[in-house]
Amino acid sequence: MNAGIRLMTPVALLERFRPLFEPRGVVIAGASSHPGKFGFVAAHNLLAAGYRGEVFLTNREGGEILGRETLRSIEDVPAGAADLVFICTPPGAVPELLRTAARKGIRAAFMATAGYGELGEEGKLAERELATLCADLGIVLAGPNGQGIVSTPIDLCAQIVAPIPPRGHIAVASQSGGFVQAFLNYARKTGVGVSRAISAGNCAATAVEDYLEYFADDPETRVSLIYVEGLADGRVFFEKTRRAAAKKPLVVFKGGTTAGGQRAAASHTGALASDDRVFDGMCRQAGLTRATSIEEAFELAASFATHPLPRGPNVFVLTTAGGWGVVTADRISASRELRLMPLPADLRSAFDARLPPRWSRSNPADLAGSETRDTVVECLDLVASHPEVDAVVFLGLGIQSNLGDLERNGPFYPGHGLERVVEFHARQDTRYSELALELERRHRKPILIATELVDCQPENPGPATLRAAGSLAYPSSHRAIGALEHLWRRARRSTAA
Amino acid sequence: MSAGAPPAPSRTLSEHESKQRIRAAGIATAPEMLAADVAGAIAASREIGFPVVVKLCGDGIAHKTERGLVRLGLADEAAVHRAATDLLAAARPADGPVGLLVARMIRGNRELIAGCLDDPTFGRCVMLGIGGVFAEALADVAFRLVPLSARDAHEMIDDLRTQAILGPFRGEPAIDRDAVATTLLALSRLAETSPEIVSVDLNPLVISDGRPLAVDALVEVRGR
Repeated sequence: MNAGIRLMTPVALLERFRPLFEPRGVVIAGASSHPGKFGFVAAHNLLAAGYRGEVFLTNREGGEILGRETLRSIEDVPAGAADLVFICTPPGAVPELLRTAARKGIRAAFMATAGYGELGEEGKLAERELATLCADLGIVLAGPNGQGIVSTPIDLCAQIVAPIPPRGHIAVASQSGGFVQAFLNYARKTGVGVSRAISAGNCAATAVEDYLEYFADDPETRVSLIYVEGLADGRVFFEKTRRAAAKKPLVVFKGGTTAGGQRAAASHTGALASDDRVFDGMCRQAGLTRATSIEEAFELAASFATHPLPRGPNVFVLTTAGGWGVVTADRISASRELRLMPLPADLRSAFDARLPPRWSRSNPADLAGSETRDTVVECLDLVASHPEVDAVVFLGLGIQSNLGDLERNGPFYPGHGLERVVEFHARQDTRYSELALELERRHRKPILIATELVDCQPENPGPATLRAAGSLAYPSSHRAIGALEHLWRRARRSTAA
Repeated sequence: MSAGAPPAPSRTLSEHESKQRIRAAGIATAPEMLAADVAGAIAASREIGFPVVVKLCGDGIAHKTERGLVRLGLADEAAVHRAATDLLAAARPADGPVGLLVARMIRGNRELIAGCLDDPTFGRCVMLGIGGVFAEALADVAFRLVPLSARDAHEMIDDLRTQAILGPFRGEPAIDRDAVATTLLALSRLAETSPEIVSVDLNPLVISDGRPLAVDALVEVRGR
C-alpha cells in the first residue's frame, strides 16, 4: 500500500511544481468577453492582480477581452512562452487542448472546468483518463472542478473567485474552493498573508498532500494550511503529511466528520470520508496541528507564520484590564499543556519598585490602572526579558486609544486639553505594539496580544500597528491561549524528536 | 491489507486460543486453564487459586456475557461444581466443541479496552479506550496507525480525556503507563506481523494493582 508514495528530492519537487506556482507565462484557455462567465473572471483576476509574467487569452471566436487581443487557439501561443494553462473550456475540448499545450512547452494545467468525479462513476472514469493523459504529457494537473491558484511572490492570482490576498508565508491547499476563499479573506482581514494557495478540486492527479511536499520545501512558505474532506489513500496521506510536518508546521481542518457531513462530502468532491477518531489519532501521529473550525484553522496557521515557538510551557500574563487577566488565568490553568508560572521573586521586586502597592503581585500581573507614562513599557520589557518566561500574553492594548477616539469624536473636542491627551493615548498604544514586536524578535519568544478591539475597532492604533507589521493579534485571550497551546505542542514535539 | 477492500471471510478464535495468541505477543493475561469437564474445572480452580471465574469456551461462542455463560467470583469447589455443571448444560449444538475456561478472578476498579482493527481509509490501527459500564457513554478512545512508536503509545494514553481515572484511584495506585504502552506496542507488532489477523479485541483490560491484564480477548482471523 506504500507503492503509491514516490520519493522525490526537494529539488525535483520544487522543479515539478514550479510551472504551477511560478509560471513564466499563463494561458487562460476558454477566456470569455462575457462578465458572467468563469473564462472572463479568470482573465480579469489574473490581469487585475498584476501578474508579472506574460498572459495569453484564448477564445474560439477571437476578438478582445478587457482590452487584450485573444488568440483563437492555444496553437497560436509561442512555444516556450507559457508554463501554465488555466482551463475554463467544456470537458469535451480538454484532451486536445492538453496535447497542444504540451507541444507548446506547457507543463502545468489548472482545471476550473467542472463535470467530472463530482457527478459520479462516469465522471470519475473521465478524471482517471485526464490524469493518465497528463502523466503521459508530463503535465502537472490541478483540479478539475477547482477555483484557482494564487502565488503572491509573482502576483499570480488565477482564480474565478475573490480576493487577492496580501503577500505572506502561509501556503493553502484545499479540497474546497470556498475555503480557499475563506482563508484568503482571513488573510486580508488580519494582514497575515499567503505565499501560495490552491483549490485542489477533485484531485484527479494531484492530491492535497502532494502540494504539501512542495510547500514543505518552498522557501516562501513557513506553514501549510489544508482543508480535506475525503482521502483517496489514507496511508499515502499519512506518510506525506508526516514528512511535510517534520519540516514545517502543518495545520489541517477536516470536513465530513459526522455521518451527515460525510454524505455532504461524498456529493461535494466525490470522495469517501473515514472515521473521525482514527483521523484524529493519525494527525497526532503525523505531528499535524488539527483545527476544529475554519477560523481556528486560519488563526493557528497565522500564529505559526508570525510568532516564534515557545521554549517551554511557562506563560506570564501582563494586563491592564483585571477581568481579562482573571479569565486568562482560568484558561491557562485549565490547559493540560501550559503553565501559569508563579511570579518570580526578582520580577516581583522589579515591579514593586515601579508600581504603587495596589498591583496584583502575582501572575497575572494586573497593573490595576496604576500605570504612568512608561510603566507598561518597562514592565513588558522586564517580563519578556525574564529567562523563566517562555511566553507572554499582554492584555489591555488599545484601551487608551479607544478612550482617545471617544474624546476626539465627542462634542468637547477640540479644547479642554483634549488634543494633547488624545494624541498621547494613540502614541502610547502604538509604542506598546512596537515594543511587543521588538521584544518578540529580540528574545525569540512569543508575545501574544489579545484585545476585543482587534474585532471591534480594528483601526485602533494598538491592533492596527500589529496588523501593519504582519503580526497576528487575537480578539480574545481564549483564542490566544488556544494558539499558544498548539505552538508549544509543536515545539515540544520538535525537541522530543 | 489494502484500504477500502471488500470484507473477506473471517472467523473468531475461541477465548482460550485468542489469549494464547496475545500472550505469545507479550500481552499480560490472568492465569487460566481450559478444562474438558466439571472435574477438570475443579482441579484447575484448585491449581489457580480461589476465587475464580468459569466461562463456557468454544470457537462459535462470541457473546458469552449476553448468554449468561460467564460465572464470576466463585469462592470454593462447590461453587465451581455448580457453575461448571450449569454452563455445560447451557451449551447449544451450534456452539460446536466446548470446554470450560477457568481463570483467576481479577479484582480492579478500573477497566480499559484495547485492540486493533482495519480502518477502511487508513488500514491497520491500534485502539485504546476507557472501558467498563460507561465505556459507550464516554466514548473516550484514541487510535494510532500501525506501526506505533513508543511515543505514539504514550501519547495515546495522554489523549484519553478521562485522565482522572488513570491517576491514583480509590485506593489503587496510578495506572502504570509504561505497562499500558507495552500492551499497545505488542498489539501493533501483532497486527504488523500477522496478516491473517483481522482484529483483536481486549475487553476488558482490567487494571489490577496499576497494571493492565487482558481478562477477555477475541481474535478474528481471515478464512472460514
